[in-house]
Order: sequence, then structure tokens, then C-alpha cells
Amino acid sequence: MSRRIIIDLACLATFALLPLLAALLDEPFLVSLFTRLAIYGMAAASLDLLIGYGALVSFGHAAFFGLGGYVVGIVAFHTAQLMPLWGWEGSNSALIVWPLALLCCALLGLVMGYLSLRTSGVQFIMITLAFSQMLYFILGSLSFYGGDDGILLNERNSLPGLDLNDANQFYYLCVALLVGWLLFCRRLVGSRFGFVLRGLKQSERRTVSLGLQPVRYRLTAFVIAGLGAGLAGILWANYALFVSPDMAAWQKSGELMAMVILGGVGTLLGPVLGAAAYLGLEQLLSLWTEHWLLAFGPLLLLVVLFGRQGIYGLLMKGADKPRRARARSALPPLAAQEVRP
Amino acid sequence: MLLLEQLLNGLQYSALLFLLASGLTLIFGIMGVINLAHGAFYMVGAFCAAYTAMASGSFWLGGLAALAGSALYGLVIETAIIRRLYNRDHLDQVLATLAVVFFTNELITLLFGRSPPAMPTPEWYGAFVEVLPGLMYPVSRLLFIGAGLLVAVGMWLLINHTRLGMLIRAGADDHEMVGALGVNIGRLYTLVFVFGCALCGLAGFMAAPLLSVEIGMGEKVLITTFVVIVVGGVGSVRGALVGALLIGMVDSLGRAYVPPLLDQLLPAETSGALSAGLLSASAYIVMALVLLVRPRGLLPARA
Repeated sequence: MSRRIIIDLACLATFALLPLLAALLDEPFLVSLFTRLAIYGMAAASLDLLIGYGALVSFGHAAFFGLGGYVVGIVAFHTAQLMPLWGWEGSNSALIVWPLALLCCALLGLVMGYLSLRTSGVQFIMITLAFSQMLYFILGSLSFYGGDDGILLNERNSLPGLDLNDANQFYYLCVALLVGWLLFCRRLVGSRFGFVLRGLKQSERRTVSLGLQPVRYRLTAFVIAGLGAGLAGILWANYALFVSPDMAAWQKSGELMAMVILGGVGTLLGPVLGAAAYLGLEQLLSLWTEHWLLAFGPLLLLVVLFGRQGIYGLLMKGADKPRRARARSALPPLAAQEVRP
Repeated sequence: MLLLEQLLNGLQYSALLFLLASGLTLIFGIMGVINLAHGAFYMVGAFCAAYTAMASGSFWLGGLAALAGSALYGLVIETAIIRRLYNRDHLDQVLATLAVVFFTNELITLLFGRSPPAMPTPEWYGAFVEVLPGLMYPVSRLLFIGAGLLVAVGMWLLINHTRLGMLIRAGADDHEMVGALGVNIGRLYTLVFVFGCALCGLAGFMAAPLLSVEIGMGEKVLITTFVVIVVGGVGSVRGALVGALLIGMVDSLGRAYVPPLLDQLLPAETSGALSAGLLSASAYIVMALVLLVRPRGLLPARA
């Protein structure tokens, strides 16, 4: 068994057995922590799709997280207040609300991606930031929906056959969606589409000269990544029963980027581990001192400066068959700099 | 009259943005570093100014402390961290400087506590002068505009008419070549970084009595500063000036004219919320529009 499969299985087993462990230790809090972890892991993995495979450093990924959450929040608000929304009396069914939220995220991704992809480099970082800040301020100005204070939800959405208000069932739903999302992303980066995306990352010029249109592929990746973060936002709204503009703030985008780096860029599973490390550290350090960022800042710095491969890279270090493992883990060769005439 | 007053307010905001953006754009243009920690130096400056002025009772001593404190902290951060980022990609730079922001915010909280300090000001500072017949304007804001103007002229002289400025321009064009000609490029980088930090300190000192001195004040203005340099063209000081003026004026004139305009077009409830949202997002809307037409900004440093 290769190291990669062992890591996969270890992660899966941890997630699967956690509620049992929590029950044994009598720490129901663990389930709640790991639910958060699965949700953030999904958002971080979707960002990794952009950063790690498309070389598109988006600093506005939290916009999707926020929008997904807000659609759930707004529909719940109208449903609870018995206030029709453009003639629609609202619904509490996840099967209706969640696709609606995802549709909104896809539309946002289409517009934001189309406009942002006209730029590249720093300008891309900044324009994605600008769009997410726009959304942040717009959400904050919706005084009807609580403005900066956000919306409190009364209950979680309902899904046939499941009771989402049960902590364990909701947890397993999040884990299942996370696993599904990761499998989908792996298929995606291994497909022709994924190869084109990675080709564009290595050398846009060469890929274009093969007759491929960069914007089409990048835009598709942008929308798909947006859907992943949007789904995470939907789950978060259901988990916390609270949405606020802070979900779309730039600090959230920064957090997601930190998770990707901590876990390992371009590894998909890595960012989930990164999210675990980030949230776990936050939890541990804040038990120790309220100034937890004082310790976390330098720690993040050390990882950025010296630990290029992140947690996943550490785990994979010295894997038995490095050549095969590298070919599979989809890390592009490091020195893929194009020589410019 | 309203228009004139709003123009002056816009100038004051532009001056703040320019003080921050000129340093940031130099740091980016020359070293190629995206420095999210730039706002942290502004905050350090404001805190140094407020606490020194409170302790000594002297307004100007506070200013001196702000400049010195920011420059010193900048020197420490550059030597310890930023220096290692020059050859890294943007993602690393964003995260490493984000880590500096986290760290600095907590450090300041730990040192000074959470309650915002109030900067003592001399009597003349709060006075009003008649700028034009019938238009009274506070001295504090005029001072701010003056500082911005002074720095703009000073920067122009420095960059275009001194040997150091020549090196800075050359470094932005081709730093390897400059290094090969025997210039200590590392020292030039450090100098530019510390200079940018000192400008942040100046901005912090000017802003300390006017705005609230608090944790996170740097981040609030930092993002707008980034918008300014991207709108102006990354790496160009002229661009930073144009961008600062554009964003400052749009903000200030928008505040005066958008709400009444929307009130006429829309019912009161929606227009209030909408104009508040539009105004907060105005800088970002301007940036998105500019980038769509000119993806490299209005006055890019290099063609």
C-alpha cells in the first residue's frame, strides 16, 4: 500500500470513528469541533483547486462562503417570518434551498471569474479581494437582514431520511460531503480538464499554442471552486445557525489561504489537514491565552518561510516510491519556469 | 460651499491614502513584495504618537515618536522576515505578512490594552480658519492635507533629483543590473522599506487625533490603500498620487451626493441601505471598473 493511500485511510478512519471516540471520552464538544473542521476543510480544498492547480491566487474565496451561507440565512428568515420573498413563501427543505444557494454561488463565480480573469498576478489577487469586499459591504448594508449583526436561524434545513438537528447525523453528512467533494476534485485534476489547468499553470504560452483557450478552463475552475466554498458556507449556516457579513470578510479569505499553505499547496487532502491544524491550534492556543494569535503568527510565518510542502508534504516525505508518488500527487515539477526570449 | 468643503475633505482622505500608498507602491515596485503588514506600521505609528504625547504632553514629540517607532519596527521586521520573501511567490508573501499582522495586533493589545487612547492636542489644533470667505475649516485637517502635499513634493524631488532616487528608479527597472554595478542592493531594499514605514508612522501621527486609535485600524485602511495602488498602477508613485486622489474624491463626493440622489429615485427604506452599501463599496467599484478598462492600472510603472 502506498503512503498516499495510508494517509487517505487514516484520515477517513479518524473522521468516521470520531463520534464513537467522543462518546467514549464523554466529550461531545469534539464532534462539534470536527464538524467545523470538515466544513472549513471543504472550503480550503476548493481554494486549493485554484491555487494549487490553476495558479490562480484568489484572495476573495470567502465571498462564496459568505454568499452560500447568506442565501440559506435569507430564505430561512423569510420562511420563519412568514414573509413571502417575491411571491415565494420560502422553504426549509435542503433539497430546494441548497441547490438555490449553489446556483447563486455559480452565478457569482461566473461574473466574478469572468471579470477577474482579465487580469493576472497581483492584479488578480487584488480584484478578487475587491469583489469579496464589495459583497462584504453589501451584506453589511442589508439592514433588513440585520446588517453587520447578521441573521440568526431558528432551525437547520430538513433533509429526508436524516435529522440534521442531531449533532452526529449532521456531522456525518458534512464528512460525507467532504469526502465526496475531495473524490470529485481528485477526479477533476486527473482528467483532461485538470491537465489543461495544470498546463496553464506551468506555461500559459505553450498551452495556448496547443490551441486551448485559457479563460474557458480557468473560468470553469473558478466556478467549481466557488461551488465548493459555497457548499461549505451552506453547511456553516446550518451548523452555526447564524450568518454574518464576517463570513465574506477578507480575514476569512486569508484564513482559508493559510489553511491551504499549512496543509500543502496542490494536494487537496493537505488543505483539509491544514484546516484541522489551524482550527485545532486556535482551540488549543486560545485555551492557553486569549492572545493566541501572538503565538500563531510566528508559527504561520515559520511554515511559510521554511515548510514549503506543508503538513501533507511532511507526511509524504521519503515515501517508498517517490517517483510514482509524485506523478500521482499531481505536484508539478518545481523548476517549471518558462524561459522568456 | 458644500462642494468645496467636500473637496477639502476628499483631499484630506487622499492625503492619508497617499502617505500609505506611496510607501507601499515603492516596496512593491522595487522589491516585488506584497506587504499586507503595511497597515500594521501605520497602527504602530498611531499608538506611539498617542502614548508619547500623553506621557510627555508634547504634540510634536508624539510625531517624532511615531516616525521613529514605525521606522524602527520596520527595520526589525525587514531584517527578520521581509528580506526572506524577496524571491518568493506572491502567495508566500501574502501569508507571511498576514502573519506579521496577526502578531503585531496581539503585541499592541498586550502592550497597550484594548481601550483606545485619546491623543492630547494643543489648542490651535482644534481651531477653525476661514479658508475662503464663509468657509470655515479645521486646522487639523488642513495640516493633514499639508503633510500629504509636502510628502508628494518631497517624493518627487527625492525620486527624480537625487542619487538615491536614481538608484530607486534603477532598482525598480532591473535590480540585478544595479547590483552588478556595485550598489549594495540589500541595503537599498532595507532603506526603501524603512522609508515606507516612516511614512506610515507620519500617517499614523496625523490620523491619531482625528480617527480612533485602535487595534485593526491598519487593516481597515490597508485594503483601501491596496485599491489605490492597483488603480494607480502598481509600483508607480505618480500612480499612487492619482489613485489616492481618485479614491479620496469618489468617497467624499459620493458621501455628499449619492444619498440625496438615491432618495429621489427610490423609496426611502431601500435607498438608505443601498447608498450605505454603495458608499462602503465605492473604492472597490472604482477599482473593478479601472481594472476592466486598464488591467495594469491608470499609470503603470513600466510599459
